[in-house]
Amino acid sequence: MAEIEGIYTIWLRETKRFFRYRSRIVTSVVTPLLWLIIFGTGLGSAVRFGGNIPGGYQAFIYPGIIGQTILFTSIFSGLSVIMDRQYGFLKEILVAPISRPSIVLGKALGISTASVIQASILLILSFIVGVSMDPLTFVLCIIIALIMSVGLGGMGLVIAAFTDSMEGFNLIMSFIVLPMFLLSGALFPITGLPTWLQAAVYINPLTYGVDALRAATLGESALPLEISIIVIAFFAVLMILISALIFSKKEQSLM
Amino acid sequence: MGYAIETNKISKKYDSFTAVDSIDLKVPRNSIYGVLGPNGAGKTTLISMLCTILRPTGGSAMVNGYDIEKQAKQVRASIGIVFQSRALDDILTGREHLEMHAALYGVPKDIRQERLDEVLDLIALGKKADEYVKTYSGGMKRRLEIGRGLIHHPKVLFLDEPTLGLDPQTRESIWDYIYDLNQNHDITVLLTTHYMEEADKLCDEVAIINQGHIITSESPKNLKRDLKADTLTITVDSPEEFVEKVKTLGFIKEAFLVDGEVKLMVEMGENLIPAVVGFASEQGFPIRSIELEHPNLEDVFIKFTGSKISSEGK
Repeated sequence: MAEIEGIYTIWLRETKRFFRYRSRIVTSVVTPLLWLIIFGTGLGSAVRFGGNIPGGYQAFIYPGIIGQTILFTSIFSGLSVIMDRQYGFLKEILVAPISRPSIVLGKALGISTASVIQASILLILSFIVGVSMDPLTFVLCIIIALIMSVGLGGMGLVIAAFTDSMEGFNLIMSFIVLPMFLLSGALFPITGLPTWLQAAVYINPLTYGVDALRAATLGESALPLEISIIVIAFFAVLMILISALIFSKKEQSLM
Repeated sequence: MGYAIETNKISKKYDSFTAVDSIDLKVPRNSIYGVLGPNGAGKTTLISMLCTILRPTGGSAMVNGYDIEKQAKQVRASIGIVFQSRALDDILTGREHLEMHAALYGVPKDIRQERLDEVLDLIALGKKADEYVKTYSGGMKRRLEIGRGLIHHPKVLFLDEPTLGLDPQTRESIWDYIYDLNQNHDITVLLTTHYMEEADKLCDEVAIINQGHIITSESPKNLKRDLKADTLTITVDSPEEFVEKVKTLGFIKEAFLVDGEVKLMVEMGENLIPAVVGFASEQGFPIRSIELEHPNLEDVFIKFTGSKISSEGK
């Protein structure tokens, strides 16, 4: 009971923070719209797109851009632990009489709340790219977004546990976040790629999330929806376990 | 069981550096206990181990009768901590900090509001309680942190440099606050400080710690009595020679140099100033200034370590 209240309390703080930084909410919606409208229209009219999706390239990247939003929000929210450590607030949480796995879980749930809110805004705006949305699809997408964000948020927490300051931010951006985005099939179909690139795409957990979202929204995907969901669920459980383990075992440099 | 905190050769070693070296500490219940030492002496490391944030590399400790390693959760539930550096979230309000803390520490829901009001009353944030913490002054932030540390009625309160960086007025009010708390509640306070005055005013007992070791522990009064001495601080042109000369005087108990100033330990210093001045001019050491101080903990510290406590970075 105490653990559940602890998880809730940490979730509540994350969620309050999310709503209080309004600029973050605005950018998190504007950035994907820029990708969809400008990049989508621009590249869509420059190349002949092989797919047979109504709505063409813009519609094709729509689930990819939702995936991108979830990726960025989740990883960066996970990395907010670095800020918490720098500003000292992490100590307050770590010395509380609740278990470290509960702290990690509360944090991860807070992260996925933020991601899911952003994803739902984009889902509601589906008409912009001419993708039709019905309630069932919407709910399915939300569930996928939730599983993805728990995994990616957990991954952000793992990275944060090993990063001392926000100076490592650019490294994480260049070497983890951007490659994950580019190799996820968000912007191009993953079938028919050269073998070396295909290998990189298939070890990327985001690929399965994007593919699942594409299956749900467009009815078109490289892998069966169930397989993708199993992979991202497995990834989520794995990341939560790893970050819970690290936060329990690793001595945080807090002072 | 008379001790709120009891350590047994507790140590913390990093690769090439020992931050805390076999410290034995006994903190009586309901006392205010001071751990006094310069920056880098190991105070925060010691407190962090007692709060279960860091794991000791040797020895053991009991806090409230719980083992800090085997019963970390019980330890955490029974202590309150105010860290040296701020541990607040800028974008939450003071009240939210308290609510969150009460929830994390499992304060029963039916008495939570009561506790919240009690603490808000104590720390006197007034209307500011519902504003974001980023608008608070340094003193308000500190009061909020102390109040937060109290909301779950801990048996032991750890205060790591509670008044660091505060103005003298705020410092005084926080001292009063800590003192009242200790008088009126069943609570043991362990505080670290490098302000002598703080330890002197507040603490029933102090342990002087330097380079990871406890040098001595006593009540401030006894420590000062041990010195049995007033300090005469003298500036002269060639202090090294003067120290040697002045040692021959019968009433000088000790003479040594600190930062180019001659320190003489004497009893009843006010009566001896003329004699010292006379002796100095006889010997050809014109005295530039002379100052008399009654013993304070700073002198105790100098006596034990040979350096000033506040010399930052050594």
